[in-house]
Amino acid sequence: MDQLIESWRPLYAIVVSLVAIPLIVVSGSRPNLREFWTLAAAFAKAGLVLSMLPWVLNGVQPYSRLWEITPGVELSLRVDTLGYVFALVASCLWVLTSFYSIGYVRGAKEHKQTRYFASFAFAVSSTIGIAFSGNLLTFLIFFEMLTLATYPLVIHKETAAARFAANKYLAYTLPAGMCLVFVTAWCVSKVGNVDFVPGGFLDSSLGSIAELRWVFLLAMLAVGVKAGIMPLHSWLPAAMAAPTPVSALLHAVAVVKAGVFGVLRITGFVFGPDLLRDIGVWTALAWVAGITLTVASLLAIRQDNLKRRLAYSTVGHLSYIVLGAAMLTPAAWTGSVLHLMFHATMKITLFFCAGAIYVRTHKENISDMHGIGRQMPFTMAAFAIGSLGLAGVPGVNGFVSKWNLAVGTLQADQAVFMILLLVSGVLNAAYFFPIVRVAFFEKNDEFPKFGEASPLMVVPLGITAIVSIVLGVAPNLGVHALDMARRIAAAVTGGAA
Amino acid sequence: MIDAHLPILVLIPLFLGAVLVPAVGMSRRSLAYPTALLSLAATLGLAWRQLVVVMDSGTIRYRVAGWEPPYGIELYVDLLSAFVVLIIAVIAMLVVVYAGSAVKREIPGQEVGFFSVMLIMLIGLNGMVLTGDLFNLYVFFEVSSLSGYALMAVGGRKAPVAAFRYLILGTVGASCYLMGVGYLYVLTGSLNMMDVASLAPQLSENPAFLISAVLMVVGLGLKMALFPMHLWLPDAYTYASSTATAIIAPVMTKVSAYVLIRMLYFVYGMERLETVIPLGSVITWLGLTGVVVGSIMAIAQKDAKRMLAYSSVAQVAYIGVGIGLGTPLALVGALLHVMNHAAMKCCLFLVTGSVFRQTGSTRLDSFNGIGRRMPLTFLGFTVAALAMVGIPPTNGFFSKWYLVLGGLQKDAWAVVIVVVFSGLLTGAYFFRLLARIYTKPTDGQVETTAIGEPPPAMVAPVLLLAAMLLLLGLFNHWVVGNIIEPALPAALTERFSQAGF
Repeated sequence: MDQLIESWRPLYAIVVSLVAIPLIVVSGSRPNLREFWTLAAAFAKAGLVLSMLPWVLNGVQPYSRLWEITPGVELSLRVDTLGYVFALVASCLWVLTSFYSIGYVRGAKEHKQTRYFASFAFAVSSTIGIAFSGNLLTFLIFFEMLTLATYPLVIHKETAAARFAANKYLAYTLPAGMCLVFVTAWCVSKVGNVDFVPGGFLDSSLGSIAELRWVFLLAMLAVGVKAGIMPLHSWLPAAMAAPTPVSALLHAVAVVKAGVFGVLRITGFVFGPDLLRDIGVWTALAWVAGITLTVASLLAIRQDNLKRRLAYSTVGHLSYIVLGAAMLTPAAWTGSVLHLMFHATMKITLFFCAGAIYVRTHKENISDMHGIGRQMPFTMAAFAIGSLGLAGVPGVNGFVSKWNLAVGTLQADQAVFMILLLVSGVLNAAYFFPIVRVAFFEKNDEFPKFGEASPLMVVPLGITAIVSIVLGVAPNLGVHALDMARRIAAAVTGGAA
Repeated sequence: MIDAHLPILVLIPLFLGAVLVPAVGMSRRSLAYPTALLSLAATLGLAWRQLVVVMDSGTIRYRVAGWEPPYGIELYVDLLSAFVVLIIAVIAMLVVVYAGSAVKREIPGQEVGFFSVMLIMLIGLNGMVLTGDLFNLYVFFEVSSLSGYALMAVGGRKAPVAAFRYLILGTVGASCYLMGVGYLYVLTGSLNMMDVASLAPQLSENPAFLISAVLMVVGLGLKMALFPMHLWLPDAYTYASSTATAIIAPVMTKVSAYVLIRMLYFVYGMERLETVIPLGSVITWLGLTGVVVGSIMAIAQKDAKRMLAYSSVAQVAYIGVGIGLGTPLALVGALLHVMNHAAMKCCLFLVTGSVFRQTGSTRLDSFNGIGRRMPLTFLGFTVAALAMVGIPPTNGFFSKWYLVLGGLQKDAWAVVIVVVFSGLLTGAYFFRLLARIYTKPTDGQVETTAIGEPPPAMVAPVLLLAAMLLLLGLFNHWVVGNIIEPALPAALTERFSQAGF
């Protein structure tokens, strides 16, 4: 068991962007000052999260002592390794996204930019809250706040498509939140203390197998919507109606990752591997994930709209993580946690590229992008790196996480899922490589000359591409991603990876 | 010294105000508002003091004019009553602050009457909560109802008809209650609640006793608008002036809910009634139906006030669910919702009042794009709407949370499912409205332009209430642990603590 240390840093890390919201709103008429607040909050948040790295690496859990929010349950902020990993990804990528956002909304002349930046800050606060939640009720509170914070971002453009997407988003996420309320209430009434424990706090004495299965089903419905598990995924492609930076951070990193993070929390820290084996639901979850990742890849091939193709790709990759969680073996969990981080760096690169192309050329369809690689070489090079990584080519970080996932399926004696992973890798190549080919190797003479987008956009996407490669070559460099993932897996599954 | 007389002292500023407002208002109409404000400020202070005293030194039993019960009238102030009195005082205070500019515009020339009648209604409501005497409660019941009719009748063109309908149904309710009291008096020879409560255990098989309980439920259910006895409510709330609705909607139904809890759990003894007739289950099922029907009706409305009125039907039904279930946590949920819903509904009705003042209409169309014209007012509205849907950490989430836990205590799955998922229906009408408020109108709709925020006195109460919604949510455990839980009947909490809760 990790050692606890009292600290306000987890709380500050959440609150810092909430504090920024009124400042952003008040300075709405002065865009440069307004963006200063966003950047200040982003850097402060990333700094606070990074400052906790030594603790986490040494097995110390920072803990903010707050108050009891309902009898027997505290509002609890506790930074365990899994939560830290998620917070680290979200907060660091928020810094890059903030720069990128500024370039994007100014380049694309979006309306209501103040509302946009304020909602963004709120969403990131909620995400860090989800990461640092020490128990199920606190998790629920931040999970619902995230739903709410994202709504204005999805409806942002206020077009018919955006309205439709926003309503769809609510129609999926509100019932999901209510499932989570039910699950939380059920846990509180059964065990009282709902602190997350590696290996789970529920056991088979708490109810009949049927009842426990129902609760698990509802729990998966609750987090599965944000995690895009089929058939709960269809809000996600629709939500691509949002501005691209929103898609980038929220629909490749924060919101959907909050969903899979929830899957990891529920399977690993609420139910736990033993109970999941006892009630025999892990294979069911694995099959749902396996089908999702195959079908989503197939659907992705058919999309001509670049962002929609990326969205289906996201649906597929989220299910890699879910599949790893369902395997319940050390290597699979290591792979899941790594993919939670690594998919974020790769997919955000791709979304950044899609946004850069849109701002420069107003083109959204792949079939219109002939030869664009010659005009925006840096952007498309980064795109190629992200694509290679997601297809699982060695040298980019996607390979490392997929390798661990594949080993994990074998540890669980489920070779069939390894085959699904391999097939999906091929399908990834099938839907990404044509884009790269079209961009670099086809000519279009009618094209006007476009050139690269503003440095505010190109530099962030370059950084994420480079990070993807660095982590692919040396996954333990810097933040010790591999070590952290292994430690989480060992704590949850009780075995060394 | 003063502390011992608090129960009666709370009422005195209201009495004085009700008399002084017309007296000073006759010569200078502008003085009516400050006088009302002053009398409510005094009430608020005393109500606060009363709660502190009761929390420190326990229940106050006050004999009016020194007459011993069961002959004299006793005021009985435990944590529960002190708590509800404070809720009434806070809401009334905020509404009166708001009413200064609102009433002048909406029902010009009627300020004096409005404030005076409102104070009389508050006497009635506070009296219902404070009294320990069954017949005295009837008197206050009628005081509050009669003044309520008057307040509601002053409004739009259709208001008198709606108020008349309420008068008919309200009178039926009051008569039911009175008959219930009559039966009890015949059986026990006493009108003192504590006295009757001590005799009740021997009577629980007696048909007359059971009939009186049913009559009470019907009578109070009518005044509380518990489904299907809510028919008077939508019209009455819609056509009354916004300010009148903003005071009546939050407190009137809640006080009736409080009285119902007081009667069933402190006088009759719910668990004994339950062994003979399934009263609790009936109330629970009425509540559940009310939640669903009220919410669906709210979705269908085109006028914001009417939508909120139907939403009140649904929200009161949640309280009914808690009362019917009768587990300690369900009662905590019901009582917490008394407070929470009072605060949120007050906030929402105040905002519709502001919209009416600025645009001349409360139709949903007039909300198009209004969020940018009245940003502060609609900040408050948004928080209240989210609280209604039950998004954590607003207070609305936590009352439902306790109701769900209460349902789980009894394995009442229907309750758990309806309470958890009914938020969707609430969400359906509030998110639709929020999208209207904050985005460009869709095709064929006109955006409301060229208006601004109402005067600060109409914005501040809305924002204060919104802040309260968040604070009462985040710190709900303080309220529950220090006020509501100790206020529950001891027999009930003991029975469930043995079962491991």
